[in-house]
Amino acid sequence: MIQVESLTKYYNDLCAVNEISLEIRKGEILGLLGPNGAGKSTMLRMLTGYIRPSAGTIHVKNLDIANQDLEVKKLMGYLPESAPLYHDMLVFDYLGYVASIRGIEKNKKFSRLKEISELCGLNSVMHMSISEISKGYKQRVGLAHAMMSDPEILVLDEPTSGLDPNQIVEIRRIIKQIGKEKTIIFSTHILSEAEATCDRIVIINQGKIVADDSADNLKMSLGKESLINISLLNADIASVKKELDTIEGISSISQINGRDDKSVLSICVTCKGSSDPREEIYKKIKNTDWTIIDFHQEAKTLEKIFRELTKEN
Amino acid sequence: MKQVINIFKKEFGDYFVSPIAYIVISTFLLVTGWFFFSTFFLYNQANLRNFFSLLPITFSFVVPAVTMRLFSEELNVGSYEILLTMPVTFMDVILGKFLAGVTFVAAMLLPTIAYPIAISFMGQLDWGPVIGGYIGAILLGASFCSIGLFASALTRNQIIAFIIAMAICFSLFLIDKMLFFIPRNLVGIIGYMGADAHFQNISKGIIDSRDILFFISVCFIGLYSTHIAMQGKK
Repeated sequence: MIQVESLTKYYNDLCAVNEISLEIRKGEILGLLGPNGAGKSTMLRMLTGYIRPSAGTIHVKNLDIANQDLEVKKLMGYLPESAPLYHDMLVFDYLGYVASIRGIEKNKKFSRLKEISELCGLNSVMHMSISEISKGYKQRVGLAHAMMSDPEILVLDEPTSGLDPNQIVEIRRIIKQIGKEKTIIFSTHILSEAEATCDRIVIINQGKIVADDSADNLKMSLGKESLINISLLNADIASVKKELDTIEGISSISQINGRDDKSVLSICVTCKGSSDPREEIYKKIKNTDWTIIDFHQEAKTLEKIFRELTKEN
Repeated sequence: MKQVINIFKKEFGDYFVSPIAYIVISTFLLVTGWFFFSTFFLYNQANLRNFFSLLPITFSFVVPAVTMRLFSEELNVGSYEILLTMPVTFMDVILGKFLAGVTFVAAMLLPTIAYPIAISFMGQLDWGPVIGGYIGAILLGASFCSIGLFASALTRNQIIAFIIAMAICFSLFLIDKMLFFIPRNLVGIIGYMGADAHFQNISKGIIDSRDILFFISVCFIGLYSTHIAMQGKK
């Protein structure tokens, strides 16, 4: 659907996007993640033809964006960051204007406006001026703007920023619903959101792709080692180490507890690869007079992966 | 062409949604009306020569105020991004906004038609110069609009856009009045650049292709520069 090849963008000397290549397939919901200033918005702006790349090409359905940008724009709906809309216009007038620019015929215009306002929950603000409505509603008007012509590709730049939790759930629901037939690309820095809605996650940092996979695969690929946290009473680190070191699959044991509670010993056991020595550990501990007060395996979260991939050197 | 009309409708409508239209139109009518009629009865002549001779200078202040928001506001709010990611070309955007500006200037001139009508009852009015004057006014307004549009595309600050446009328009008005400062061999060219002389020719009722060509060239240069300014932003 979309082929991006060695896309680069310089702002004067600053390299915002550095030779990114990417292929986006039809019907995919792709989440673009990255810390602030990673180049997410720049990337989306180039995809929508708003800014011209310094180097590299973008093809959408075999149309070259550099020469056939008008055709490409017809295929795309775009919601820019923080939905910058015309302040003076009424919501109804604005959406009507978008409908006519998007080439919706006059006799179908009204029914389309009705449909889209229902989908985005705008019925109660249609008569109001855009400057009067709240941020959440503006975001929804922006979403309605993007979806007006029912485009094949939707590009959304931080669609849920500034929304309350209910609205976020609502927007995610809309994205999931329309994502069944459409290709959606959206950027966000809320990881749980990407995890909940995306088929595929692309993490970029300093203008480069550092990860590109589904959320589950990302977690797997980085789970080269797993951690087990154990808290024990009546134990000391030396004897614990002596006892557990014999178990296969354990690469190291370290003490992690704070100073305040000396009677509890908290340790962190690092295990190799996919080995799960929990059963062995339990059996060993059962033979001693230590008391287990906590015993759990730490799951690698997307957040951790994100932090690992994007931390400053 | 359809997109030009869509953008034109929106921009023209915007003038009347915000208070700008009413403020600019009433100021314009007040200023021109006052300067024209304060001496009209002293001259005791049934013509609009005075009204038209004042237009270039009033236009060089009023037209920039009309056009200053066309791009600056969009750049400031960020809606420029929305506009350019819709299926429209730069040409559609520029022409739509330009036509909205010109139509607004025409709408501003519309109430002044009451002057010649009123005067025609007072004396023998020669309609030739009046019609010529209005054609000239539209041409002058259009070329100033193209300059204003260009200034507006340069900056996100409406006040700066206004000042740049006003400076250019005012120079065009003034330039042929400063010919004695200019080296003799440049007088011909610089003299031709003066908007006022061309306008006054038309408003005398003489419609000369050179004058019309001048205004069309200014429009073209203004709009083309706007196009370049937009390209630069990409």
